[in-house]
Amino acid sequence: MMNSLLGALESGMLYALMALGVYITFRILDFPDLTVDGSFTTGGAIAAVMITSGAPAWVSTLCAFAGGLLAGTLTGLIHTKGRINGLLSGILMMIALYSINMRIMGKPNVALIGEKTIFSSVSPLLLMPFVVLAIKLLLDLFFRTELGMALRATGDNQRMIRSFGANTDYTIILGLSLSNGLVALSGALIAQQSQFADISSGIGMIVIGLASVIIGEAIFGARNVFFATLAVVLGSIVYRLVVALALRIEWLEQTDLKLITAVIVIVALVLPTMRRSWKQKAVARRRSLEIGSEAERNSVGGGL
Amino acid sequence: MLQISHLSKLFHPGSVDEKIALVNVNLQLKPGDFVTVIGSNGAGKSTLMNMISGTLRPDSGTIHIGGNEITNLSEHRRSRWIGRVFQDPMAGTAPHMTIEENLAMAYSRGKSRGLSIGINARRRELFQEQLGKLGIGLEERLRAKVGTLSGGERQALSLLMATFTKPQILLLDEHTAALDPARAELVTQLTQRIVSELKLTTLMVTHNMEQAIRLGNRLIMMDGGRIILDIREQDKQHLSIAGLLGEFEQISGHKLSDDRVVLGT
Ligand SMILES: Nc1ncnc2c1ncn2[C@@H]1O[C@H](COP(=O)(O)OP(=O)(O)OP(=O)(O)O)[C@@H](O)[C@H]1O
Ligand SMILES: [Mg+2]
Repeated sequence: MMNSLLGALESGMLYALMALGVYITFRILDFPDLTVDGSFTTGGAIAAVMITSGAPAWVSTLCAFAGGLLAGTLTGLIHTKGRINGLLSGILMMIALYSINMRIMGKPNVALIGEKTIFSSVSPLLLMPFVVLAIKLLLDLFFRTELGMALRATGDNQRMIRSFGANTDYTIILGLSLSNGLVALSGALIAQQSQFADISSGIGMIVIGLASVIIGEAIFGARNVFFATLAVVLGSIVYRLVVALALRIEWLEQTDLKLITAVIVIVALVLPTMRRSWKQKAVARRRSLEIGSEAERNSVGGGL
Repeated sequence: MLQISHLSKLFHPGSVDEKIALVNVNLQLKPGDFVTVIGSNGAGKSTLMNMISGTLRPDSGTIHIGGNEITNLSEHRRSRWIGRVFQDPMAGTAPHMTIEENLAMAYSRGKSRGLSIGINARRRELFQEQLGKLGIGLEERLRAKVGTLSGGERQALSLLMATFTKPQILLLDEHTAALDPARAELVTQLTQRIVSELKLTTLMVTHNMEQAIRLGNRLIMMDGGRIILDIREQDKQHLSIAGLLGEFEQISGHKLSDDRVVLGT
């Protein structure tokens, strides 16, 4: 039991970087980017191939990050310069990356057993808290800079930030790039932890990322960027704990996981909208009563 | 300051839905001109504004601001010279960001946005001072999300953001139309004060005839994509609503048809 909890904590932190990437596109940019499924594998592929050919683990990991940056940039270019719908741009890139990942790895699976990885000398449980915290804080800081604020405004009100002189094509590309960089970094770390890279490791990654973001926001709230990124990291860990617990249930199969994840996301997405419409109805009812009694008194309100 | 020459724009040219939005429009604004714009629905007022701000490109004609040709400059490039308040109170601000963050973004107009922190103590002080001038208590709510403000508060904030960096041209497209009369009047007063304080060259579309006559030093009337009447300085002071409507009918040959027209208050 303890082992599986620690395991969940460990993978929660490893996948947290991917979840932060998904947070940047889905929540900050308001861009449903499906590149993630491809770029996660790209990260693992680049790291695995470089490590097996003798490159230092940290160089390989950084190159994986750069590979993700590039993938995100391409999705951004397809969307902004090619004027292709965002969802489709991501899907196109995801499909293209499948072939590219295969080319990088040369075969569907690259083993890292016996190779010197980042985690050869230090356990992920010791290293990852620092890595995740550092990246989270750097992101928080970035989103408070002028450029970072322009990026947030691009997702919030594109027309407005353009009227203040920001090039929204650029901020969209930047956000997608940063997001996929983090996703690929997460893929590279996961490959080193599990000691293999697999062509299909990214499948469904976008939904897992979304689940982490949504679970985190639901449990821990997201009043501002600081708490939102914290919630995403914790959400990723909670998601892994839920999965670990679910896997202890006798009649559930490993392959049921993706179904469970999809259901979690659907429920979490539907609940807030339903709650909002209930609330709205209640407010409308109260207001119409108020207006009714106001009309009786025949008084007029003023001011802002 | 603003020079528009032979500007034309068709929507869906050559199709059955062809719409004439602007026909050979010429307009020159001197520095400090405050021009009110009136006209029927579909007269081309918003199209003219969108053409100046760069959300639309003209089919022909040119636009200059202070000697720079901006006809084909992208919207974000030309925005350093142009402040804009939209009709929709939602349109001019980022609702999920705080008041101070919105102001910081407005403050960066025309500068390249880098990795310096957007809000520091000095800026916050400046924001507070500017907000205080609006006189509606927003200076106490620097860290409130803009989405929690009322429509009137948002338009006042949008106005401040649009004029913050003293743009060469201020474009106001019915920016009080979505507000109730009391709030609209407040935003109108703020507009008047800010424009005269900063001596901004301003183009303001309005459906309020009384306002169109009372504000500014020049009034233009549009119909069918053309400027059909241009009344300046002294002549404008002697205008009456009835006279204006009469003039419109005489020139255009039909009544001023406008679903939102307000004759006066
Ligand atoms: N994006 C568009 N596509 C097609 N036609 C358009 C578009 N925008 C405006 N038009 C048409 O161009 C003409 C001018 O429209 P415009 O919005 O400039 O009028 P307006 O003077 O602002 O009117 P209103 O007083 O109703 O705001 C209208 O006939 C309108 O239907
Ligand atoms: Mg209009």
